[in-house]
Amino acid sequence: MPPEAVTEHWGSEGARRQAAYLGMWVFIATEVLLFAGLFTAYGVYRSVYPEVFRAAQLTMDVGLGTLNTFLLVTSSIVVALAVHAVREDRPGLGGALLLAAALLGVVFLGVKGVEYAHHVREGGLPGDAYRFTEVPRVGASLFFTLYYLLTGFHALHVTVGVSVLTVLGVRSASGTFGSAYATPVELGGMYWHLVDVIWLFVYPILYLS
Amino acid sequence: MSPPAAESYLTDGRTVWSWLTTHDHKRIGVMFLGLTLFFFFVGGLFALALRIELLTPGRTIMGHLAYNRMFTLHGVTMVWLFMIPAIPSAFGNFLVPLMIGARDVAFPRLNLASVYLYVLGASIALWGMFEGGADTGWTFYTPYSTTTGTAVLPVLVGVFIIGFSTILTGLNFIATVHTLRAPGLTWMKLPLFVWAIYGTSIIQVLATPVLGMVLLLVALERVVGAGIFDPARGGDPLLFQHLFWFYSHPAVYIMVLPSMGVISEAVCAFSRKNAFSYRMIVYSTLGIAFVGFFTWGHHMFASGQSTFGSGAFGAMSMLVAIFTAIKIFSWLGTLYRGSIAIESPLIYTLGFMFFLFFGGMIGVAYATTSLNLHWHDTYSVVAHFHFIMVGATVMAFLAALHYWFPKMSGRCFPAKLANGAAVLIIFGFIATFVPQFLLGNLGMPRRYADYPPHFQSLHVASTAGASLLAFGFLAIAGYLAWSLRHGAVAGANPWGSDGFEWRSASPPPTHNFSTPPEYPTGPHEYASEEVQHAA
Repeated sequence: MPPEAVTEHWGSEGARRQAAYLGMWVFIATEVLLFAGLFTAYGVYRSVYPEVFRAAQLTMDVGLGTLNTFLLVTSSIVVALAVHAVREDRPGLGGALLLAAALLGVVFLGVKGVEYAHHVREGGLPGDAYRFTEVPRVGASLFFTLYYLLTGFHALHVTVGVSVLTVLGVRSASGTFGSAYATPVELGGMYWHLVDVIWLFVYPILYLS
Repeated sequence: MSPPAAESYLTDGRTVWSWLTTHDHKRIGVMFLGLTLFFFFVGGLFALALRIELLTPGRTIMGHLAYNRMFTLHGVTMVWLFMIPAIPSAFGNFLVPLMIGARDVAFPRLNLASVYLYVLGASIALWGMFEGGADTGWTFYTPYSTTTGTAVLPVLVGVFIIGFSTILTGLNFIATVHTLRAPGLTWMKLPLFVWAIYGTSIIQVLATPVLGMVLLLVALERVVGAGIFDPARGGDPLLFQHLFWFYSHPAVYIMVLPSMGVISEAVCAFSRKNAFSYRMIVYSTLGIAFVGFFTWGHHMFASGQSTFGSGAFGAMSMLVAIFTAIKIFSWLGTLYRGSIAIESPLIYTLGFMFFLFFGGMIGVAYATTSLNLHWHDTYSVVAHFHFIMVGATVMAFLAALHYWFPKMSGRCFPAKLANGAAVLIIFGFIATFVPQFLLGNLGMPRRYADYPPHFQSLHVASTAGASLLAFGFLAIAGYLAWSLRHGAVAGANPWGSDGFEWRSASPPPTHNFSTPPEYPTGPHEYASEEVQHAA
């Protein structure tokens, strides 16, 4: 046994990469189940108040929702390209792409903020604060509660993702990553794809009817 | 040129700072052990206060609100701060890497973070306890938990944070077992304790996030009146019960599966035999982990769910008994004609098997809707889940504490004293909870501070049992603390066990092994003359 191996696990860099990947997949599973509680609540109350939920969906700004979907899907493609660039030993390009994806995430949050401002003006607020006159209160206040929880929790994940992508982008641009060591970029990319996929479930159930 | 290696993980840096910043899984395990023991003590004090209040009908030492707070804190402390983390976080952290021949867990920094999350969550919950304390019971049933004026919020937030500590620990174990097994250690050579921790980890990472979300929803309900669980606002309190028990019933297996792992190890070590039907123990572990997710509705037989739903959940619940029975038969098969050494871990093991069998068989009766409705929310249920959760978890915890004490500290403890304490504890448990089965069958409801006088004799018997338990625990604390300094030096393998963890020194050096261990045989293979003789 060479002495330097004593400070490491028995396995190689490959084994560590495998552990990191597995850890990320398990983490993604826990994230999906975290949202599963909210999706369950949505399904239950949609079956209890079908008309009210449809009416509430019609008041959503489909245009802004679709714009946000477009932004997130684009950013996911950009992140995939960034991972590819880093693996191809072009960390500068990879870093630039990661920062571009982070920027798209920031724009997403901005659009979300505009939407929230609309709701606040109209009184489409959760629970007790609900004052929106277009849809009757019973059931609709639940729709808006779940709307804020789902989109708010998702926005929290976007915020975390933007920070992760920014740090990875800066470190990649300074040449930390490359074909020999791309694991953090790959894991960050996986996380961003998760955020994207969750939105692809949130968007149709809240905006499209 | 590296500095000379320290003798053991205990002497590798002696400052408090070296412990607080350690990435060594063994030190993290020891820290978790200390923390969980502390909360076991706190929860035990609450339990004793409850038992003293119930000694006489009417007011004995506290009013009704204080009683409600007391049983809430007892439940919260015992469930989330002791039983769920005790074996996986303390013993799992210490032993899993040793058993699979790894130098550490897959993510050591994440492991340290889980200690701090636990401390943070526990502190917030404890702070809530002193700021008035919740009076909801550990189940936080809505709509009561969303309307009561007591400090529910800090307890919810505390448990939410502790949940993340649990998730990180489980995630770490899954990655560790998958990727860091020493060369030659195949899945079917894994020690049974590792299998048990692995099964537990799967439940932890899949169930805990749902609990986190439902606690967050209750918190929001209290803060902004979200209305999800409030019938007055169009919500449904039963949704809370569904989501809560989707976590909390599997959580019972988070407590019991690691216990079963400890028992499997102890049974092999103290009967000097290879595990009888190793594969069946493994498969039944995974079976319990799987079926555990489809049993939550048996908590809701009295909620008005459909008859078909109750029947289906009842049948699924009974399946758990089959997997458990496989394990009990395997342990008995291992003990049969073994070269049995009556040491304290084995005494606790026998106690565990009694409680698991007795409590489990009653559990099958509870899974029957008609019987369940008779016993619903009575002391019978309290006695049943104490038999399973406390009888099993605490017995296995004490077995683990005694079995691995020489491994962790390098010292032995006085064996006769330990055997005496073990017998005292087992009889204390029986004396505490058998009267509660009878009380419940007579109709004494749970969570009541007061009762009609004709229940008093059984309550006195139960409190007497609880006092026996308290004496037993104090005795254990006393002789183990004494042994830390004055016990005989253990040597690498004081029990003569064939478990993989005993291949390193006791206490182990910082990186567990100097050369990669080899695994020519499976776990617990006692190829010694004793086994030949027994066969």
